Amino acid sequence: MRNLSIFIAFLVFLAGCAAPPPPQADAPRLLLATTTSTRDSGLLDFLLPDFEQSHGAFVDVVAVGTGQALKLGEDGNADVLLVHARAREDDFMAAGHGVRREDVMYNDFVLVGPPDDPAGVGGGGDAAAAFARIAQVGAPFVSRGDDSGTHTKEKQVWAKAGIDPVGGWYVSAGQGMGAVLTMADEQKAYTLSDRATFLARTLEGTHLEILVEGDAILFNPYGVIAVNPAKNPQINNQVANQFIDWLISVQTQERIKAFGVAEFGQPLFVPDSQLWRERSQ
Amino acid sequence: MSLDAALLEIVLLSLRVSGFALLLSVLLGIPAGLLLGLRRFPGRRLAVAAVYTGMAFPPVVIGLFVYLLLSRNGPLGGLALPFIPSLFTPQAMILAQTILAFPLVAGFTMAAVGGVDPALRVQVRALGASHWQATWAVLEEARGGVVAAVAAGFGGIISEVGAVMIVGGNIEHRTRVLTTAIVLETGKGNFDLAIALSLVLLGLAFSANFLIVYLQGRSFDP
Amino acid sequence: MNEILYALSGVTKAYGRRTVLAVDDLTIRRGETLAVVGPSGAGKSTLLRLLNFLEPAATGTISFGGQTIVGGDDAPLAVLRRITTVFQRPVLLKRTVAANVAYGLGLRGQRNTQAVVAKILDAVGLSHLAGEKARSLSGGEAQRVALARALVLHPDVLLLDEPTANLDPANVALIEQAVAQMCREQGTTVVFVTHNLFQARRMGDRVALMLDGRLVEVGDTDAFFEHPVDPRTAAFVRGEMVY
Repeated sequence: MRNLSIFIAFLVFLAGCAAPPPPQADAPRLLLATTTSTRDSGLLDFLLPDFEQSHGAFVDVVAVGTGQALKLGEDGNADVLLVHARAREDDFMAAGHGVRREDVMYNDFVLVGPPDDPAGVGGGGDAAAAFARIAQVGAPFVSRGDDSGTHTKEKQVWAKAGIDPVGGWYVSAGQGMGAVLTMADEQKAYTLSDRATFLARTLEGTHLEILVEGDAILFNPYGVIAVNPAKNPQINNQVANQFIDWLISVQTQERIKAFGVAEFGQPLFVPDSQLWRERSQ
Repeated sequence: MSLDAALLEIVLLSLRVSGFALLLSVLLGIPAGLLLGLRRFPGRRLAVAAVYTGMAFPPVVIGLFVYLLLSRNGPLGGLALPFIPSLFTPQAMILAQTILAFPLVAGFTMAAVGGVDPALRVQVRALGASHWQATWAVLEEARGGVVAAVAAGFGGIISEVGAVMIVGGNIEHRTRVLTTAIVLETGKGNFDLAIALSLVLLGLAFSANFLIVYLQGRSFDP
Repeated sequence: MNEILYALSGVTKAYGRRTVLAVDDLTIRRGETLAVVGPSGAGKSTLLRLLNFLEPAATGTISFGGQTIVGGDDAPLAVLRRITTVFQRPVLLKRTVAANVAYGLGLRGQRNTQAVVAKILDAVGLSHLAGEKARSLSGGEAQRVALARALVLHPDVLLLDEPTANLDPANVALIEQAVAQMCREQGTTVVFVTHNLFQARRMGDRVALMLDGRLVEVGDTDAFFEHPVDPRTAAFVRGEMVY
């Protein structure tokens, strides 16, 4: 009987380690639902400590596809959203799920692929034409396939090219950008990526190259949205508004502009808030 | 934060979440296993079938279930009661993992106590054991199997990723545990870190099972 | 010696639809040794389980020390702890021999039992095996452990269910002596079931014959064997009953 008691004491000890970690002080917590690109590029790690220190609040980042991020907002499970799918953001606002939307920044999408470029699309400036050529050749293409902003953008380009991408060459991965880049690298496939994640992954050793860039359709604006606090009493609209004010402030926009320059030789995101635009003019 | 500190934080959180979930599932699962293994009552077969189903339940399905339950749009989350965990908290992960580990602990316990000679209970009653003492005696006879039940529960949850990813959200410093960190770092292409995390996870799973087998072999065998 | 300890009245027990025991009337006196004989399936073991209050009777009453007791899960623990049974097949716990013997004392909250355990093990000739795993013993050794585990409790009532079946003569003698000594020293009431008529005659103050769940005859040992009243008893003691 004693031996079993020792064993149970061991379990209780495990549980002692296990008491749920105390929330750090009583600081307010802000739940930010965002796309994987802002986290995986390192932008949020770069920006957020400043907000947390200056406002005494913690930001919990849940990085998912834009589809799930918007759904989190719709269900009232997040306080603030940072996403890039303009048309769906507008629908979100029109449906009354959000109370405030601001432009934040943009980056651009790039068509990347293996250096030997089997479809021969390199150097072009027309994304839709390049997509059409890939489909025609049947060169492997990895799609995010996760209803994310990047996936939405990719579907736009296919639509513009007038192609319904189906076939063995078209791989719907259902994963984040970083994973899809790794997959494309391994399979010598094309994919559509945001520039930030692409640069970060290249630094870590993938061998994909930018083949098409600069097309207007590849423009990728990010918006920040405060979720409607009428959904439930737990939504922290006050801190959400502070967060948005901070994110679009000239000071933070300067930091967005500086992010990545040291590492990649070029900025990954271009600041684009209302305040920033007014200042630049 | 240095790499080591970040790693330590993730390991500790994993142990906290899975340790607490294990404790809860042991506190609930062993009595349930005893009940199912030793008693005959209406609906028992149904309950046994449910436990066996639960033992093979995919973690992502439990994750989705708990997500929908705790979502502020959901039946529990909408109540906003203080003792109901919010999504994207360690408590929500503990809930999901408890649901995952409970049928494992209950099922293995049930099988273990069901394998004890029924005459033993009669014998210890004849020696003057109360109900609790008799039940305890059966549990002690089945200790090898009960320890295996606890090990199975721990192994099942420390290494699962589906449920904690969905209900925890993989938030840095808050709900990022070993498995979700491995998924993240693999996705980011940080294979070095992913491999380091994987080795830690393997080490933890092995140590826990070794400890349990050691306890079983050493202080439990007369 | 004449005080009535057990009084059974109209007691029946059934498993499913099969009535396995129907005892209209039986009294057992404090301090006596009652041997119960009869063929297999006569209900002897069931009778012992009822006397230990491990199971409830289907009908009828069993009084113990003047109180009516209902056996089974709700039997009063204080009564249960004055009675113990040594079963035909010893079920030992997965512990050492000494821990098995100390088990019943532990249930009663007694600590520091090493001395009494050592003494009882010596009495059944198992001192040398005290530290062995109980499950590694031979049949005879295991049955002696089971007996020691019962004797150490100093019960008011000791129930023995064919405790010496399948044992060699040395073990049989050892067990019989240990039981007889305890009766002598402590006035223990003993009910024992046996196939062995010689054993019944050696040890019983009275002997009861059971057939098909019913008591055929209960009598003082000499009378039972020398002048049986019922013809079936006469056939049984002559070894002429075919079953």
